[in-house]
Amino acid sequence: MTTHRLSQKDAIPARAGVGLKACHYDDIIEGKPDLGWFEIHAENYMGDGGKPHHALRQIREHYPLSCHGVGLSIGSAQGLDPDHLDRLKKVVERYEPGLVSEHLAWSTHDTGFLNDLLPVPYTHETLDRVAQHIDQVQTHLGRQILLENPSTYVAFAESEMSEIAFLEGVVAKSGCGLLLDVNNVFVSATNQGYSPEDYLARFPVDHVGEIHLGGHAPDLDDEDRPLLIDAHDRAVAGQVWQLYEDLIARIGPRPTLVEWDNDVPVWPDLFAEARRAEAILGSKAGGGAKSRAA
Amino acid sequence: MPLKSSQEAFAAALLNPEAPVPEGVVNPEGAPAPKRFAVYRNNVTVSLIEALATAFPVIEKSVGEEFFKAMAAEFVRAHPPSSPLLMFYGDAFPGFLEQFEPVRHLTYLSDLAKLEQLRRRAYHARDAEPLGADFLAAVPPKALGTLRVTFHPAVHILTSSHPVLSIWEWNNAGAPDGASLPQTGEDVLISRPELDVEQRRLPPGGAAFLQTLATAAPLGEAAAAGAAFEGFDLTANITGLLESRIVTDFTVDGAA
Repeated sequence: MTTHRLSQKDAIPARAGVGLKACHYDDIIEGKPDLGWFEIHAENYMGDGGKPHHALRQIREHYPLSCHGVGLSIGSAQGLDPDHLDRLKKVVERYEPGLVSEHLAWSTHDTGFLNDLLPVPYTHETLDRVAQHIDQVQTHLGRQILLENPSTYVAFAESEMSEIAFLEGVVAKSGCGLLLDVNNVFVSATNQGYSPEDYLARFPVDHVGEIHLGGHAPDLDDEDRPLLIDAHDRAVAGQVWQLYEDLIARIGPRPTLVEWDNDVPVWPDLFAEARRAEAILGSKAGGGAKSRAA
Repeated sequence: MPLKSSQEAFAAALLNPEAPVPEGVVNPEGAPAPKRFAVYRNNVTVSLIEALATAFPVIEKSVGEEFFKAMAAEFVRAHPPSSPLLMFYGDAFPGFLEQFEPVRHLTYLSDLAKLEQLRRRAYHARDAEPLGADFLAAVPPKALGTLRVTFHPAVHILTSSHPVLSIWEWNNAGAPDGASLPQTGEDVLISRPELDVEQRRLPPGGAAFLQTLATAAPLGEAAAAGAAFEGFDLTANITGLLESRIVTDFTVDGAA
């Protein structure tokens, strides 16, 4: 290996990574924890300079990086914001991430940026729109992106197909890959009343380039039935770990990210969550993932 | 319904808590689901209020958390962000504070918000290497009047008729023992020589002096602009210019 790591588009290994939070910069830069990779929210590094970039440059020297956008609004009826697309390209050029991903959701409208991952109806019109937007992003960045399956709380009367059929259609039309968020599967399955196991059994896993795990919060719907909120504010739930373990046993190791974005814990707690994912990956990879005494 | 119309209805109902749930937004059995829709409404409002609280921590501290939340909710509905760059959300907040009836009597709040906003701009500004505090050593005293400087991209100057920096400091670190707030306005230099944002009180005429230098005008002209203010001390201002490490480049006439 050369020392010029920044000049390489380091591939994301089939190991565990975590979402990078500013409060952990020092732990990571000083401690250099044994982790496969980190993921950033692209929008957090769209400023020109200062501390965020100073820290990320140092982290990028030691770890592969994945870039996860939260503001492109791929599911928007209106066109993509060309300025935001340029900003994303700048982050990608600056840090040469091994993977780039975005959400099957929308967040921007004439009224402005709504700062949530809003749901889309699964219609042919939406499918064409989303595929066209992904094509535009991939052309602009000159690379493939991964699209993440959403957490949803409502359904649309006008939907014409299942989420799986929709995702398969988008992959076929745009050539994108998929980011499979297992927590989102569990949240949506609970909220929409289907089986997460069946959903995962039908998911087009050959296109999955990355897996997400995160915590969810319990709530109740209009009929006082369980409604789960994709809050990313706690540890990964037991049922989600089980789904993940079964999935990895079936499809083999894939890069896996632990997301914890709100009520962010101290570094050792987050690291422990990642080690748990790494242990599952390692046990299915014939010891491919490095182990380290806790 | 075409996607554009359905998203228009969805967006409008998100920001207006009185609006009905958009047609066709249902639960898995096809029944209306206001509580489910409220999850999105809540996510949008709460996350934007949090973004504002992150951006304006001293405003939040000075008015209290509960009041800030209620006030920010009003702001979020009136001024949703225009871009996904939430690190700069809240440009309209200082103006909003001037007009928002419950705090109109707190006339300093708007300038305090401007200070926080400029600190944030400085935090994210482009990196640049400031010259050392001795950069004028090579300039012959006679040529000093022709000195033109380039400021670091993080440099901002805030003028205020309120003791805005003292208020900021008191809210952050508490009031010094036995001290009372200055009765005069304070002008503030915001900068970031390395990674940490710095701020310093400017002496009389200091803001005019620096603002003139920022237009690439020569030092002589900046000194004249400063001298229009009572108590302007050119030597003290030049010393401040050097100590604050805000200059990244300079020229003097006649120099090679």
